[in-house]
Amino acid sequence: MEELDELRGSFLLTDPAMPGHPIVYASRGLAALTGYPRRELLGRNARLFQGAATDRAAVSGVREAVRAQRAHQVAILNYRRDGSPHWVLLHLAPVFHAADGRVLHFLAVQVPIAPASPPRRHPGRPAPLAACREEARGEEELPCASHVGEVFVDIDKRGLEAEELRIASGCDKEMALSTANNIFSTLNRYSKLTGLVVCERRCDSVGIPALSSSLNLSLGRIKQSFVLTDRHLPDMPIVYASDAFLSLTGKDFCCSNHLTYPGYSREEILGCNCRFLNGPGTSAEVLEEINQHICREEACTVHLLNYRKDGSTFRDLLHVSPIRNSSGKVAFHVWVHLDESAKHDFSGLTPEVWQLGAVGAVRVAVRSLSASGSLLRPSQ
Amino acid sequence: MKLTIKRVPTVVSNYQEDAGERPRGGCGRNCLGHCCLPVSELPVYAFKANPTKLPLQEDAVPTDFFINLLLGQWEDRMTQGLFRYDVTACETKVIPGNLGFVAQLNEGRHLKKRPTEFRVDRVLQPFDSAKFNFTKVGQEEALFQFENSGSDDSYFLRSAAATVADRAPNVVAINVSPIEYGHVLLIPRVLDHLPQRIDQESFLLALHMAAEAASPYFRLGYNSLGAFATINHLHFQAATQRIPLAEGGIKSGVKVSKLMNYPVRGLVFEEGNTLNDLANLVSSACIWLQDNNVPYNVLISDSGRKIFLFPQCYAEKQALGEVSQELLDTQVNPAVWEISGHIVLKRRDDYEEASEASAWRLLAEVSLSEARFEEVKAYIFDAACLVQSQVEEETDDAIYAPVPVGPSAVGEGCLVIP
Repeated sequence: MEELDELRGSFLLTDPAMPGHPIVYASRGLAALTGYPRRELLGRNARLFQGAATDRAAVSGVREAVRAQRAHQVAILNYRRDGSPHWVLLHLAPVFHAADGRVLHFLAVQVPIAPASPPRRHPGRPAPLAACREEARGEEELPCASHVGEVFVDIDKRGLEAEELRIASGCDKEMALSTANNIFSTLNRYSKLTGLVVCERRCDSVGIPALSSSLNLSLGRIKQSFVLTDRHLPDMPIVYASDAFLSLTGKDFCCSNHLTYPGYSREEILGCNCRFLNGPGTSAEVLEEINQHICREEACTVHLLNYRKDGSTFRDLLHVSPIRNSSGKVAFHVWVHLDESAKHDFSGLTPEVWQLGAVGAVRVAVRSLSASGSLLRPSQ
Repeated sequence: MKLTIKRVPTVVSNYQEDAGERPRGGCGRNCLGHCCLPVSELPVYAFKANPTKLPLQEDAVPTDFFINLLLGQWEDRMTQGLFRYDVTACETKVIPGNLGFVAQLNEGRHLKKRPTEFRVDRVLQPFDSAKFNFTKVGQEEALFQFENSGSDDSYFLRSAAATVADRAPNVVAINVSPIEYGHVLLIPRVLDHLPQRIDQESFLLALHMAAEAASPYFRLGYNSLGAFATINHLHFQAATQRIPLAEGGIKSGVKVSKLMNYPVRGLVFEEGNTLNDLANLVSSACIWLQDNNVPYNVLISDSGRKIFLFPQCYAEKQALGEVSQELLDTQVNPAVWEISGHIVLKRRDDYEEASEASAWRLLAEVSLSEARFEEVKAYIFDAACLVQSQVEEETDDAIYAPVPVGPSAVGEGCLVIP
């Protein structure tokens, strides 16, 4: 863990497997920020930073994210060791074991949020802008960050001193992301020595069987936005994603088809579970409904809120259905997505029939190709 | 003496019942009959009046709207539970061998009911409205109407009156006992109660559907009475699948070829300047066969550019007791899909042991003998004004090698050779 000591930023790692969910690592920056010496933080639960005026809703949001094992960002009022309150942007991210997908740690990054106006300077704390220049190096956008849409508290309660609700700036968010990114990279560098590979998402593209070129070709002709997952592999990873799906996860700010904010690349998502599309606003009930249908090998159509790579949300008309191969058994699940807010031309078809057309085309391709044994690449 | 065989009929519609089992009440049921259809609305797919000759290259992008519509509607009916079984849950495999036959294990396809008697010695029989026909089908089994747009562009209307102008609607409906995913029925002019017999107009409609689908994997088939059609109401069948026979990409460049190296003797019709030409040619052959009581099956492939015609005699042999018990026990009725190499088996043993040799043995029983085939071929040529080519080409080990049999000369008043 010495490598982590080299990193700037205020962060900690917890171990959810140990009773009390204790902190197992705290950075020097965190010690400086909160006034707690590092040894005092080890073994304690992170709720020690909360206090009387900490927003209960913010706390339960964090708790919920921990329970659901997903990333989360929230502006929260914390308390230092000396009792003084301060606002931080809390960036929470689960650290997954890349091979078996279990959560090894939770990472929590704290970025101090300056008041809206005027900026207050406290001795020992760098000015937010200066911090940005130093620490926000324009890193690649973490896919993690896409979970986090606009989840910031927006209520204006001017006049309350330290309890005035703060809004994290874009700069703050960038800093949180880059810090988290550095931590993941460091952990993975470290893991090359120990063999313990970690991931900010559960993903393991190593174990994914390659689909045959003829299946890829057939699937490639299907125009709808869809992925195929394989339930027989751990955590039901994506084994195929259509081009239209990749576009769906990007954002088009102009009227043309040219995406101004590209979505995920195929490499990023192959091997990952679909949950990277979900975020705080995604209904847990709907996700559970999908899970139930998958277990029962039934199809379902749901509406849910999903997140693009840039963190913006969209209403998704999602149809999930089991796909059987020539043995008659379920080989994959197909997930056909439709961004309901986007304009579409289905030439008279209803959106539902348009989606079901993709399901049918996938069925035909998988069934006929597996009958001749050409579903997977021969080397598999 | 009437030749009959006992058969358990295939249920193609959920409304297909033995007479008397379901009380015949007044229709309030939204069927495809005169009582309901004329005041109903069905989606309409209007096909291009003149499909241009499609580019034959592999990289030509097919227009996939029609297939998307068909499969999407089909999947929708699956979610509604209208099919008697999930065909994708049936095991299927390619039988090793040169011909690439496909075997499917489907224990649920045939009703476990007492068999009825089918008359197999008359290819043409008058329509009997007392028997099951497609006007008794509920509208939920209908997917869309299939009509001529009268223009160069095809279009789709989600909802339109079921009777357009003065034409009875052509309806595409699901087959509730599908042999593969996407198996549908094309019923020309459903309200006109046409019996199962091909004419130029209905055949042209089928060709238009193949052209509209514009997919190498979309095939249409036809079974005459006596060649295992079960319903005497004019209909074609269609499905998207990899039937091996139709994938033989032999382009002989001539109009008519004889199919070689295949267990069932047949003719292959290709090209033609327009769909109309091809419809004229093939339907005149079919009409001769019908009028002369020769049962036959037709397979339309390659977006309507290649047509296989198989006269057959299995049912007659069956009625005369000339088919071995071993074959009878498989209960395979060799209709167009089976002849094309897609064989549905009801017993697991038959499925496990399916081989190209056993499939060949079965299909060989279907074929006319060489002598009889040549005789029939001569009559067909006569009826279609075709002239036998003098040149016999050598094709050694080509599969499905077509031997050009004509035409090579232009007959007066007959077809024009391009």
